[in-house]
Amino acid sequence: MSGTFVGMPAFPKAARDAVRDTTLRGNLRHATHTIRDKRAKAVAELDDWQQLREAGKRIKDLTLRHLDRHLLRLEESVTAAGGTVHWAADAAEANRIVGDLVKATGETEVVKVKSMATQEIGLNEALAAEGIHAYETDLAELIVQLGDDRPSHILVPAIHRNRAEIRAIFRDRMAGWGRPAPEGLTDNPADLAEAARLHLREKFLRAKVGISGANFMVAETGTLVVFESEGNGRMCLTLPETLISVVGIEKTVPTWQDLEVFLQTLPRSSTAERMNPYTSMWTGTADGDGPQTFHLVLLDNGRTDALADDVGRQALRCIRCSACLNVCPVYERAGGHAYGSVYPGPIGAILTPQLRGTTSEIDASLPYASSLCGACYEVCPVAIDIPEVLVHLREKVADRGGPGHRLEKAAMKAATWAMDHPGAMAAGERAASRTRALHPRRPPGAGAWTDSRDLPELPAEPFRDWWRKNRT
Amino acid sequence: MNARDRILARVRAAVEGAPEAPPVVRDYLVSHTPDDPAAVLDLLHENLVDYRARVHRTDEAGIGALVAGLLAARGAGSVLVPRGLPPEWLAEAACAHVEDGAESTAADLDAVTSVVTGCALAIAETGTLVLDGGPAQGRRRITLVPDHHICVVRVPGQIVASVPQAMARLDPGRPLTWISGPSATSDIELDRVEGVHGPRTLDVVLLSP
Ligand code: SF4
Repeated sequence: MSGTFVGMPAFPKAARDAVRDTTLRGNLRHATHTIRDKRAKAVAELDDWQQLREAGKRIKDLTLRHLDRHLLRLEESVTAAGGTVHWAADAAEANRIVGDLVKATGETEVVKVKSMATQEIGLNEALAAEGIHAYETDLAELIVQLGDDRPSHILVPAIHRNRAEIRAIFRDRMAGWGRPAPEGLTDNPADLAEAARLHLREKFLRAKVGISGANFMVAETGTLVVFESEGNGRMCLTLPETLISVVGIEKTVPTWQDLEVFLQTLPRSSTAERMNPYTSMWTGTADGDGPQTFHLVLLDNGRTDALADDVGRQALRCIRCSACLNVCPVYERAGGHAYGSVYPGPIGAILTPQLRGTTSEIDASLPYASSLCGACYEVCPVAIDIPEVLVHLREKVADRGGPGHRLEKAAMKAATWAMDHPGAMAAGERAASRTRALHPRRPPGAGAWTDSRDLPELPAEPFRDWWRKNRT
Repeated sequence: MNARDRILARVRAAVEGAPEAPPVVRDYLVSHTPDDPAAVLDLLHENLVDYRARVHRTDEAGIGALVAGLLAARGAGSVLVPRGLPPEWLAEAACAHVEDGAESTAADLDAVTSVVTGCALAIAETGTLVLDGGPAQGRRRITLVPDHHICVVRVPGQIVASVPQAMARLDPGRPLTWISGPSATSDIELDRVEGVHGPRTLDVVLLSP
């Protein structure tokens, strides 16, 4: 996985800077607490939430267990529907494929709908090196791109920015990228959204090439699905002549019916809505409607490494809802940038080290960036046992490093950071004891594919004790 | 080995020897709503309103005047008419009618004020309209570029209670657009603001026979 932010300090250093930044902390706290309560309400509306959660988990586990078969089926379905399928083992390969496809159209501009996979591979930078401008069209991505900034949240990459900062970015930077911000722009969110609408519309109307990711790919039908809110996704998916979608291989689900589970759990977990404003589903190309050329780039880039780890592979179930970020006491204080990758928060702490390996200090420190409180597991709509994977990855880091090794030092600093922040710890421990009472312990001897209705094996000892014991 | 074979080989090696995963059990509910058409209709109405769609109820005798009134209130200079739209729906609309021809560009559509369409179905529990490009719906772009969308739902035939019921009725081979309220964003401080790139005004007409 490329896309390490260059010169990124290890977790504790970056987290320390974030904690000192009171504006950032205020922004994060406000935003995550708002969405937390809303999510709980949206989830409580469905009496069968636990059944949906377990079904989502099993669909993903079963798919991963036979992923080769489903990928071949997907390739066959997409091809039959008029699409072309490409395979990319790593970031460089994916970027080269996309770059060549864009160049073949003769275009030098593309419009993009927010996609974690293309951020992960650093596609925009790779295209820029080929003389191709990639315009981000999601409002938050636009804020990040115009601000020459880095994303800090899965769903709301500019969550660290408040309205006043966004206004300043639009006022100062829009003109350099196209239509300038309207005169006298206020920091009213509706006015800011209007400014984005005007700025991007000219780009949508002339775009010939669109680039997207996808939330799901249905193997049996070849259907791709994108969930969004603003309509920028629909613009990118339907107005251009050519559409290129870059999607991680783990986004596959076997059947059309499987979507009925995630269509219920994803919106409620991510934006806390019964349904997000727009969801697009397309199968290859459609005569006279939308792009007449469709390319699907299937991306590995470390996913098969994660798949080979019998504890860690559950991270591949992630549907990127970001609920785990919004409840995480460590994320709330450290901010998304401290995680040093496009995947911040609890999911980033278990996914990034698996995709990239734990050879750098930042990646080795990530599994320690947690108080193991288990709040992330509680909200995860596919029941990823994040604390379990964190503990497992800590063991791997420890094995690799050994005492006095630079990786071990980075890791211990992260642990010390988490421990020295009474707020992060206390909130975490409270959450753990609160949720603990609701669930039976997992029965002994459960295998790698366990039932989400059982409790994850949270370390019985508080984190402080665990840390003291493992430090020496 | 090419990338395809390399990835497939890596996948196979990664799960080799892993225990079989448990089967998917679909013991979740097919619907969360009592099987009562009037209750389902009311729920749809309520959820559409909750996400800021404007909802109107009428019957075949009233639809012409209702749609004409919505267009006039909007000050619509022109309205896009997809193929297969029942002529009665626009019989009383005074503004210019524009057809969506194969040659119309996105910029042409941008000059049109409003669009009137039917839908494939509507989902009560989520307040969602699903369009599938069938009769009276047109290409995906016509409900995207104009700033005002009037969508007509036939009561009760096009209403389902739940997402699983909707999935069973939809054809994955068609391009599908699920619409739940007007375009919105939560990107500024996670606060929902209506209206970014898609239509900022969504009128839903619940049409009884
Ligand atoms: S790990 Fe779970 S809660 Fe976190 S983003 Fe992924 S699916 Fe959502």
